[in-house]
Amino acid sequence: MSGDQSAPATARCVVIGAGIVGNCLVGHLARLGWTDVVLVDKGPLPNPGGSTGHASNFIFPTDHNKEMALLTLESQRQYIELGMNTACGGIEVARDESRLEEFRRRMTSAKAWGIDARLLTPAEIKELVPFINAEILLGGYYTPSVSVVDSLQTGTLLRQEAIDKGALTVFANTEVLDLEVEDGTIRAVVTDKGRIEAEHVVVACGVWSPHIAAMAGATIPLTPAVHQMADVGPIDMLAQTGKEVAYPIVRDMDTFCYERQTAGSMEVGSYAHRPIFHHPDDIPSSDESALSPTELPFTPDDFDDQMEQAIDLMDVLGDAEIKYAINGLLSLTPDGMPVLGETVEVRNLWSAAAVWIKEGPGIAQLVAEWMTYGYPKLCDPHSSDISRFSPHERTEHHIYARCAEHFNKTYGIVHPREQWASERDMRRSPFYARQQDLGATFFDARGWERPQWYESNADLLDRYPGRCEPRTHEWDARWWSPITNAEHLHLRQHVGMVDLTAFNEFDVEGPGVVDYLQRMCVNNVDVAVGRSVYTPLLTPNGGFRADLTIMRLGERHFRIITGAFDGGRDWYWFSRHAPDATSAQHESVTLTDRTSGICTIGVWGPKAEATMAAIVSGSSRAYDVSQAGFPYGAVRDVLIEGVPCTMLRISYVGENGWEVYTNSEHGLRVWDTIWRAGQDHDIRPVGIGVYAVTGRIEKGYRLMGAELESEYDPVEAGLARRKVKAADFIGKQAYLAARERKPAAILCTLEMTDQTSADGTKRYPTGGNEPILTPDGERIVDAHGRVSRVTTAGAAPSLGRYLLMAYLPPEHAAEGNELRVMYMDELFPVRVARVGSTPLFDPEDTRMRS
Amino acid sequence: MSLRVLVSVKRVPAPGARINLTADGQEVDTAHLGFTTSPHEECAVEAAVQLVEAHGGTATVLTLGRPEAEEQLRYAVSVGITSAVLLPIEGPDWDPQRTACGIVTAIGQLESAEGRYDVILFGNESADSAGFQVGIRVAHALGRPMVNGAKGIEVADGMVHVRRPSDAGEEAYALPLPAVVGVKEGINLPRYPTMKGRLASKRGNVARLDVTAEPGGQQLVRLFRPPERVSQTTILGNGPDAASAVVDLLEDLGVLA
Repeated sequence: MSGDQSAPATARCVVIGAGIVGNCLVGHLARLGWTDVVLVDKGPLPNPGGSTGHASNFIFPTDHNKEMALLTLESQRQYIELGMNTACGGIEVARDESRLEEFRRRMTSAKAWGIDARLLTPAEIKELVPFINAEILLGGYYTPSVSVVDSLQTGTLLRQEAIDKGALTVFANTEVLDLEVEDGTIRAVVTDKGRIEAEHVVVACGVWSPHIAAMAGATIPLTPAVHQMADVGPIDMLAQTGKEVAYPIVRDMDTFCYERQTAGSMEVGSYAHRPIFHHPDDIPSSDESALSPTELPFTPDDFDDQMEQAIDLMDVLGDAEIKYAINGLLSLTPDGMPVLGETVEVRNLWSAAAVWIKEGPGIAQLVAEWMTYGYPKLCDPHSSDISRFSPHERTEHHIYARCAEHFNKTYGIVHPREQWASERDMRRSPFYARQQDLGATFFDARGWERPQWYESNADLLDRYPGRCEPRTHEWDARWWSPITNAEHLHLRQHVGMVDLTAFNEFDVEGPGVVDYLQRMCVNNVDVAVGRSVYTPLLTPNGGFRADLTIMRLGERHFRIITGAFDGGRDWYWFSRHAPDATSAQHESVTLTDRTSGICTIGVWGPKAEATMAAIVSGSSRAYDVSQAGFPYGAVRDVLIEGVPCTMLRISYVGENGWEVYTNSEHGLRVWDTIWRAGQDHDIRPVGIGVYAVTGRIEKGYRLMGAELESEYDPVEAGLARRKVKAADFIGKQAYLAARERKPAAILCTLEMTDQTSADGTKRYPTGGNEPILTPDGERIVDAHGRVSRVTTAGAAPSLGRYLLMAYLPPEHAAEGNELRVMYMDELFPVRVARVGSTPLFDPEDTRMRS
Repeated sequence: MSLRVLVSVKRVPAPGARINLTADGQEVDTAHLGFTTSPHEECAVEAAVQLVEAHGGTATVLTLGRPEAEEQLRYAVSVGITSAVLLPIEGPDWDPQRTACGIVTAIGQLESAEGRYDVILFGNESADSAGFQVGIRVAHALGRPMVNGAKGIEVADGMVHVRRPSDAGEEAYALPLPAVVGVKEGINLPRYPTMKGRLASKRGNVARLDVTAEPGGQQLVRLFRPPERVSQTTILGNGPDAASAVVDLLEDLGVLA
């Protein structure tokens, strides 16, 4: 370690921030062979004064989110490996009935991730925590592996490991003054001990990250927020244990508080108080702070309710003295997930921020892999990827609004389909007013308001008796309507129109466009003008990075169409691999985001052709929209009631029809024209419930972020084509290798053969990682350690079944094979209905082509 | 005999190592700071609680300050003080003379309503302005005896017995009641509030007395930060190689002849 020496003139990588993330990151970089790494922090070591220094340091491993669960378990494994993990067990306790259902859901997630857990009665809770008031409790969720870790020492060990390897120089008490950027790429870190030119720079500065990133003109969307903690004691019965932590940690879930023993005291922490945010620019320096910069003065008024509740739960706390109480700062992001990866604004400037102790070492490994291999191997960082946000989602306005909404959900019960209440109506399609009139229920898609279903279609429920049954269990029915089934059946019988404006459209043009897109995409994009290509994009390791459609509009003009949620990530990926400003080819390809200027309507169903035939014309005459004249996959410029539109014959719902694109200002006229033309055919507006779930699952179509993740390859997903194109592309070598070996798992569609639970209620899994189990209830794990779990669940109204998609190892992937799915801690029988990608509905795809 | 004890406190910022000032130099910049009771006064509060625990009676806490000072009053109640009185003022802190005058007025009103205080406690001096004035001015105005710098207080036989260290050893005083004592940090170890104590203090009533007083003779011109002392470390060398440099230095300093 260095004292007052000046910083080196150059480094391969500068990591800013010596908290849990920065320390573990330099350790993992060294393990992956990096040398010439510099770690700087403005504070002293081992505790520079960031959030790591005052963290509660406990790990509850169960998480419904796969990415977070895997990162937490990997982190815990690393803490164990370093001898820094003390298992003490942890109990989440319920005061409200609804929490018991959540515990059953947690049992299900625990099963999926292989975590030992069990439900406790109040008496059993009392046996483990004798000083708890079990009379106010309804039950508990107990995880014996819950642990307390030493995050400061863990950081010290990994830092030292990198120093010992000769890979790292450390500069404590060193303030970063500026980040220099040249041609969009990071060049240097200017510190008060000198300027360091660096190839890569990582911002691992926790609550200061936005402030540091801004020096380079980059955004890291997070806000410092207060989490109140009070240390109360001494308490004799805790002191008598003679241990740092002898009793299980208790999470009082319904009051959003926890009680964690620290030797003779109890630490009481809260997520129940009002959201209190601090601007990253306003965090005091170490010298200006009474305690540390992230241990701000306690505001007791915000904590009084929690104290009363804590005393209700543990009377012994009432007479204990409040020895230490802080408003501790931690990082919150608009969606509650970390912000990881290269910043979208500056090349080679990385973010490793909004990371908590429980997932720190795992995330450090993930970011190190990302920097080393071009994409992580540990797991897909899909929902932590910093590029996921739309521009409006990066603003402080949005960060504050969403963080204020979700802060109190830290211990909340959050439904997988739950919608945001804040920051709505950010982006509206031109059809919004019509949809409102039709009684649309809108769901948020990265700011877009998308109709999920339409109340105006309620009359259809009677037309399909027995096929649009309501769900009797409130959880299963939440954020759902039987109208979706009715819309589905109507579309399959007549015709429906679906608002797809939330699609992202990127135009790619220029002399180098074919070479560029060939390099990006698995499938051959060098097709005739007026044709389209569906294609995955792969990571360098051969896993899925994106999944989209490309239209060839001209010799040197392509248009990429990708889903609502992945626009940011895909834009980043395409931009990042486009020739940069310093390249000789930099003018050969231009990328333009056309999303805001284009609106889209999907028109599908047996009557789609008849509907469109009446209104589509060429420049002056009727246009042949028949399959012969306008075949599947074709792209045509047409007029609809005089409006220039681009039509693509394609379907994600398995019916004949088109996606109709036009400029936004024309949108309403096109909507109204299609609407009028469809009246003879009983055209209906159809929601995303059909498009994204029921229509899709009947056709076995895969969704990026659900089935398609970097952890799986096209062979496993059933998306490998017979031939591989000659041109090179990202991930090609790995893809070729995958084609040569037997897949370790195959994506299958399963049907539930009995949905009736023990209490007689019919249940409908939500598709939230429910584990697929053997008939004996054993987890199914493939040769690569990946667990079989539900990636999508949904009704198949045309088949009269409830379907689940899941990857299964070959020994289980046999049609007719009987297995189980766990849902809400209960086993339901399922049968493998399809192995691979052949649809269950209309397997020959005749409807789309007739 | 049961005692009536009054303790007077002041709300002060709880700064870190570096104290920032507002641009006009009139106040400490408290943007990032919490507030606390001066340490000497925290001990005075603890002493008041202990006196009442030992003798019975009541302990009242009083402050003259901005309405936010209610936080420090409630804190005192949370550690066992019986009742609280706020003398609210607006704007900057009053000077010591004016403060003492306001407190004397309030004590007069309180005593005429509820009876005489046997012991009135102050902190030795406040943590921010450290004027050492308010306690003695109040005692003088009330015509009651006072000892400052107390490191020990006991009440017995109608007297308050005060001990305080001096260069020569320890001084012992016996003051007839009613008396005033200025308490010095170290006299006791103030307790923290319990959670129940905090909740009780939240529910308790803080009485307000409006007092007026004419400004005294002392005026704040402005605050300034003394120049930071910069110390520099020069490494003369490592191990035996450093020997000659060390000798040179010692000669320069005149340590070696």
